[in-house]
Amino acid sequence: MKMNGARALLECLKNEGVEILFLYPGGVILKLADEIFLENFPYILPGHEQGAVHAADGYARASGKVGVVIATSGPGAANLVTGIATANIDSIPLVCITGQVANPAIGKDSFQEVDVCGITAPITKHNYLVKDVNELPRVVKEAFFIARTGRPGPVAIDIAADVFNAEIDFEYPDEINLRGYNGKNPVTESDVDEVVKAVEACERPLIFCGGGVTSSDTSDDLRKILARLGCPSTSTLMGLGCIDADTDGFLGFAGMHGSYGANMAIQACDLLLCIGMRFSDRVTGRVVDFAPNAKIVHFELDPAEMNKNVQVDLKVLGDLRESLPLFKNKLDESLTNFAEKFSAWKNQAVAKGWEHPFSWQDEQDLIKPGALITKISSICDENTIAVTDVGQHQMWAAQFFKARKPRQFLTSGGLGTMGFGLPAAMGAKLACPDKNVVLFTGDGSIMMNIQELATIADNNIDIKIVIVHNFILGMVGQWQRLFYNHHYSASELKYKRDFVKIAQAMGVRGYRLTKAEELDDDLVEILFSKGAAVIDVYVPEEENVLPMVPGGRPLNQMVLGKE
Amino acid sequence: MQKYFLAVLVENKPGVLTHVSGLISRRAFNIESISAGYTEEPSVTRINIVVSVESENELDQVVNQLGKLIDVIKIVNLSKFPSIERELVMIKVRANKETRADLVSVVDIFRAQIVDITSENVVIELTGSQNKIDAICEVLSDYEIVEIARTGTIALSRGPIPVKAM
Repeated sequence: MKMNGARALLECLKNEGVEILFLYPGGVILKLADEIFLENFPYILPGHEQGAVHAADGYARASGKVGVVIATSGPGAANLVTGIATANIDSIPLVCITGQVANPAIGKDSFQEVDVCGITAPITKHNYLVKDVNELPRVVKEAFFIARTGRPGPVAIDIAADVFNAEIDFEYPDEINLRGYNGKNPVTESDVDEVVKAVEACERPLIFCGGGVTSSDTSDDLRKILARLGCPSTSTLMGLGCIDADTDGFLGFAGMHGSYGANMAIQACDLLLCIGMRFSDRVTGRVVDFAPNAKIVHFELDPAEMNKNVQVDLKVLGDLRESLPLFKNKLDESLTNFAEKFSAWKNQAVAKGWEHPFSWQDEQDLIKPGALITKISSICDENTIAVTDVGQHQMWAAQFFKARKPRQFLTSGGLGTMGFGLPAAMGAKLACPDKNVVLFTGDGSIMMNIQELATIADNNIDIKIVIVHNFILGMVGQWQRLFYNHHYSASELKYKRDFVKIAQAMGVRGYRLTKAEELDDDLVEILFSKGAAVIDVYVPEEENVLPMVPGGRPLNQMVLGKE
Repeated sequence: MQKYFLAVLVENKPGVLTHVSGLISRRAFNIESISAGYTEEPSVTRINIVVSVESENELDQVVNQLGKLIDVIKIVNLSKFPSIERELVMIKVRANKETRADLVSVVDIFRAQIVDITSENVVIELTGSQNKIDAICEVLSDYEIVEIARTGTIALSRGPIPVKAM
């Protein structure tokens, strides 16, 4: 069928099952915007391109589908960069479409020209510049395939403006023909046999899962393995929700601000089953001292993650969708009663954790972040999606919010992008309209993409925004308190901003909570009310996120704070 | 530091060299040389990389990270196989009547060639192993070298099996 390039792009997106676009228009994509209008293709117009890309990211994290963002050339494309990098390091599937100046203008420093492929090369799984309309269907097909298969990630497609106007005899390709990439990651069965042997031989195994379990949707398999082994378990920040927080033997997340129980178990275990994780420096502490007593097993799809940061003893390379069921079946064939064998160790690991659980100290009628998040967690149903921004509140959310299911604790783990939360929560709600979405943010982070309050108001997106308002860039302040003699350089946020008024000005209800007793009635009422709301919660400024492994220390040397 | 020779077959597409060279620099891998050219298949480019690493583990990282690039079709560590390694150099040396005869004898000893000559200079061409090229450059440094252009090493395995079938 003959059509123009812009229409052809929309046909490609329909073929890929795209339901919604996060779109910010501009000069070179006016033709595309016009076709979107004519086709009545669903879209959300955010306040900023960064909001668009984080929203697409939140949509992808919550749904497992590919998020699609469209921006114009030059500044539009450049504004996507932080969001693409955020998605890339957390392996989130996105297709980021940007307009480029028209073919004859490329390379001439034209108005709103920027080298998108050059800028995005290090932060995408792959990228394309489309200069010929006849390449467009193949490129879009490949881009979605690359984004969603293997280790997922963002793919950028930069399209020259004249391509949108050029005519094409449209046909969507059935097949992908990429010689260097087939998206398949087969597992070697004997690798799994070796792991089963190691499980049979060990005394103190620990399961340690990461975001790979979420992106491969293998949480059910993992839970079955866990039930069979009956051993203690932990997760990375990105792995929260893969194991129900209330599972017997789940020790909370591990790492710099992870639980004492999880970190001590990593150091004490003799077999560490690492599943779909990449040994980030936030999780390992000093690498040479990581899990010193353990044989380390790594279930991982990406060969480049093997032995990258931590030397492992056994590798199971390949897709978790293949390796975990295989592992489960082989464990089932064993005659060993693992649960009985490991029960004492599990109880010991849990008891160790109870020596220093995540906690807070009540002070008069002040609202403590731990109390706030614990309260919200206790009244949210099991299908609630918690989204966080970045900083102290993010760690408190990870510590006190009980993530029950995968794709329900969304956070910028690898890049730590302040400003991620609000647009990501918006995208999550659009992906899962039947689920409640609660955003935990801070008075620093919220300001980085606060314009999206108007977007949620315009589009009636019902999310509850909890601002853990401590009048400081809390995590920066904490490090300044602990390591820089209380020099609050460039971190104090003073007392002038009024988030209730900002919310109201943008068309969102705003509430302020300042006293502990308000958590019991006001908070519940707001959370259960219909429609978006900002809940500005004043908390004390000098509250530390504890426990903590200071940089460069082993995991078992945690700063615990006051008891 | 140990040197390894990697033959990397990639799709002959725009941007592929940017992807390869960008990856090498952002992962802080040490590269001795890199060169690229067409192959017997028009759609395939061969990139020849000499990488310098501390350990086999670091080499694995280079290979695995390169392998993640979508346009990379195949990577073979040719250092594991018997192979022929060659580099081409062209050296422009200041030469007058007095020095020309000496230069010709150096060229003969190295089995190099003089490919251009003027009243003021000669251009010497030599193909060989990196050591041999280093050696002639060293000897010629006694004369006035105007400029040097080297291709970096390329390699081909001995025997009938090509890299794409390894």
